[in-house]
Amino acid sequence: MTAHEPSLPEEWELVVGLEVHVELATKTKLFCGCENKFSHIPNTLTCPTCVGLPGSLPVMNEKAVEFAMRLGRALGCEIHPSVMARKNYFYPDMAKDFQTTQYDQPTNADGQLALADGTIVGIERAHIEEDAGKTTHVGGGGRINDATYSLVDYNRAGVPLVEIVSQPDIRTVGHAKAYVSELRDILLAIQVSDAKMEEGSMRVDANVSVRPTGSDELRTRCELKNINSVRSLGRAIEYEARRHVDLYTNGEAPRQETRHWDEEGGRSTAGRSKEDADDYRYFQEPDLVPLSPTAAQIAEIDASMPVLPAARRARLGELSSVADEVIVTVVERGQDGLALGAIEAGADADKVLTRIQNDLAVDDWSAVTSESLAMLIQMETGGELTATQVKQVLGEMAAGEHGGDPKVIAAAHGFEAMESNELETLVDQLIVDHPDEWSRFVDGDDGDRKKMQGFFTGQIMKATKGQADGRAVAQLLGQKSAG
Amino acid sequence: MSALDLASAVRSGERSAVDVIDEHLARIDARDGEINAFNQVTAVAAREAAAAVDAAVAAGKDPGPLAGVPIAIKDNMCTTGVATTCSSKILEGWEPPYDATVVQRVAAAGAVMVGKTNLDEFAMGSSTENSAFGPTKNPLDTSRVPGGSSGGSAAAVAADFASLSLGSDTGGSIRQPAAFCGLVGMKPTYGAVSRYGLIAFGSSLDQIGPFSKTVVESAALLEVIGGHDPLDSTSIDQSAFDLTSVLDRGVEGMRIGILRELSGGEGGVEGLSADVIARTNEAAAALEKAGATVVEVSVPSATLGLSAYYLVAPAEASSNLSRFDGVRYGLRVDAPTTGEMMTATRTAGFGPEVKRRIMLGTYALSAGYYDAFYGRALKVRTMMLQEFALVYAEVDLLLTPTAPTTAFRLGDRTADPMTMYVNDVCTIPSNLTGHPAISVPFGVGDDGLPVGVQLLGPALSEPTIYQAAAALEAAAPGEGSLS
Repeated sequence: MTAHEPSLPEEWELVVGLEVHVELATKTKLFCGCENKFSHIPNTLTCPTCVGLPGSLPVMNEKAVEFAMRLGRALGCEIHPSVMARKNYFYPDMAKDFQTTQYDQPTNADGQLALADGTIVGIERAHIEEDAGKTTHVGGGGRINDATYSLVDYNRAGVPLVEIVSQPDIRTVGHAKAYVSELRDILLAIQVSDAKMEEGSMRVDANVSVRPTGSDELRTRCELKNINSVRSLGRAIEYEARRHVDLYTNGEAPRQETRHWDEEGGRSTAGRSKEDADDYRYFQEPDLVPLSPTAAQIAEIDASMPVLPAARRARLGELSSVADEVIVTVVERGQDGLALGAIEAGADADKVLTRIQNDLAVDDWSAVTSESLAMLIQMETGGELTATQVKQVLGEMAAGEHGGDPKVIAAAHGFEAMESNELETLVDQLIVDHPDEWSRFVDGDDGDRKKMQGFFTGQIMKATKGQADGRAVAQLLGQKSAG
Repeated sequence: MSALDLASAVRSGERSAVDVIDEHLARIDARDGEINAFNQVTAVAAREAAAAVDAAVAAGKDPGPLAGVPIAIKDNMCTTGVATTCSSKILEGWEPPYDATVVQRVAAAGAVMVGKTNLDEFAMGSSTENSAFGPTKNPLDTSRVPGGSSGGSAAAVAADFASLSLGSDTGGSIRQPAAFCGLVGMKPTYGAVSRYGLIAFGSSLDQIGPFSKTVVESAALLEVIGGHDPLDSTSIDQSAFDLTSVLDRGVEGMRIGILRELSGGEGGVEGLSADVIARTNEAAAALEKAGATVVEVSVPSATLGLSAYYLVAPAEASSNLSRFDGVRYGLRVDAPTTGEMMTATRTAGFGPEVKRRIMLGTYALSAGYYDAFYGRALKVRTMMLQEFALVYAEVDLLLTPTAPTTAFRLGDRTADPMTMYVNDVCTIPSNLTGHPAISVPFGVGDDGLPVGVQLLGPALSEPTIYQAAAALEAAAPGEGSLS
């Protein structure tokens, strides 16, 4: 992953820590019974509590706490008795003008995340907090201080979040991207979030600084916000690191501040300076009671923990010799169980994984079983189906046609294995029937040869109703013209 | 006629609830112009509710234990569609879309709300002079304050505008006005009564409780409003109290401690007037005569309560009152930007005492000052809990005066906030510990105005407290010259 990465000058090293906000996929919000879902109609998923009406009180969503602890355990964190705290600041999208979050006593602390290449990134904490509403500034410059008016939608207010704070252990852009991908895979595997960066259910802020290579100091960092994809994360970190290097090279230094990533412009712009940032006046939330998970609860979470993506990839790696990306994709899509079953049923591991990666990129593949997939791969290996036919049959298996039985589907299309001598007979006959075309194929220039190969292949496919193997046809034509 | 006699007359059909309510509304009409107990009288809704009670009686249905009893509700408890203002300009005219749990419970018990009562703005004060809608006067002597912050609720019962009322007590706001108006006022154990729908002042201190003329009425109302509420996370998971059945058990064998630091003893708080101390000692003698053992006990940290309270309560208030920002409800003073609008709204909407406490609390929580102020106050709280626990190992209940003096004159203490704050010196410890305490009238002072004495007990000792309160009530000297 580092091969194409434009690197910093050798004498500078990148230092990155990531803060990832993840929306938990609970049915209801963190402190009230309002539905936790998206609605296009503003302020329809609200109640006195999530719009912070006077007199309203929060009640902790136990499922959200369980999800947060499950995530903590998946990241190898220790689970601590924890309390909620108030982070006080005035902003119209924060209905109470304080955010209920965790401060000095977070639920999860001291974990780690192993990247696919074995790099370990420390996790400082993974704490529970509530999301804010959404503000739209209308008119003026479109920002809070110059808008004509602002609209606030509190549908998102009170949606449960976990903020995962990494240690500043990340040294390359590739690792930053790999961290986010790995975290997303884990979130999907443990089913606590749909983790979609584009839709905002997973939001990544990057703390970026640089330092002289070989040094272990931590220099002034900038926090990059508004990063909406893994690709954008890479670009943003790269831009910011270069900006820091340029400043140091010119004898200047970056200011500690929050910066806004402008994806279109490919640059970051200064936001609020951390020096004049609010004093949040954290204190323990008196309206909620401390969270004290029992050892039994934690044991239950551990016992129900599914096998995590890293272990699942390792297993497929042991069984096959395909490229890493194939395995990563298959595990990411959650199709590794299907693959393992098919391999256990006797199908060729590399073929199984390649077929899944190439031909099963669909949302719903639940109709495909390990057994039916193994059967299909064996039909391919045994020469009963051509590559094109396998793709088509697998597509129909996924769509649940003919009970998903590959044999029935193949038969329905009249796909039958064609013996190679049968094919040769056909080719010979075509040569006799089309002498002009054949001589253009044998003696013509490259253009002619290509055109005529298309012609003969087309004729054969027509005659065989597409059952012929395209590669075998090309091979035969080559042999005949040479001989 | 007591609330319970009224209820039984209404339940038996002997009296119509509508007549009872009309009688009280007529009294309000006649005299509340002078007293100013109410921010709003809900005459129309009250007559409708009373008619519904009468209909239930006529239909042979159970109209509830407080059927037809007129009740006044402090104007910091949410009432659907009825303005709930906290006696602040910032909430003037705000109509909540929901009822506080206590409001629902009294209505379900058949009680009829006659209006919303005046208070010190956001319950910050000890005289009801901090109301944005003018002070309430003490019905026993209209040159005097009724106490505060629940002065309107106390005055409403003292003036027979309602048989019962609800107040909230953060540092003495039920007990001190009860003492000033010659009433029984109870602050229950923190968590015994739901705070859902009570507009928060100091969330870890606030507790709703009853005002009444007699101990038995107080017990009956607490039975109705108490018990677990899933909407308040700090609500204690237990069913409602059984209090009325224990009132006649007497104090034979009970051990009662005179708390030296709050009862004029050496090394205790200063400023307790001699007549108040004398009535407290007479109350102790009366309890002894009734069979209790009375001993002097010491809780040294009780003298630190006032200082700790004026850090904890303002700190929580500074956060709780942030939401009054002009964005969603209440007053909005327009300005060019959102930030300026918030500032202008809060500047115009809050009175001077509220602003003073927001500033105090903001300071106590700020970075660099937290440990020295808020942090130390929390330590005092812990120390008080430990010291009270030691004392409660020796005695069942404690006895102190409720307030240092009888009701003072309007305007006497408004110039210097500190002279107002010391009013709460005897009542504050129970809020910091979360323990229950009741104020019971016991004779009059040199000025002929009522004196209240306070019984304190450990968490959930309400039955014991009411038992002793009933004994005190029975032993109290005859009615004062002014009542």
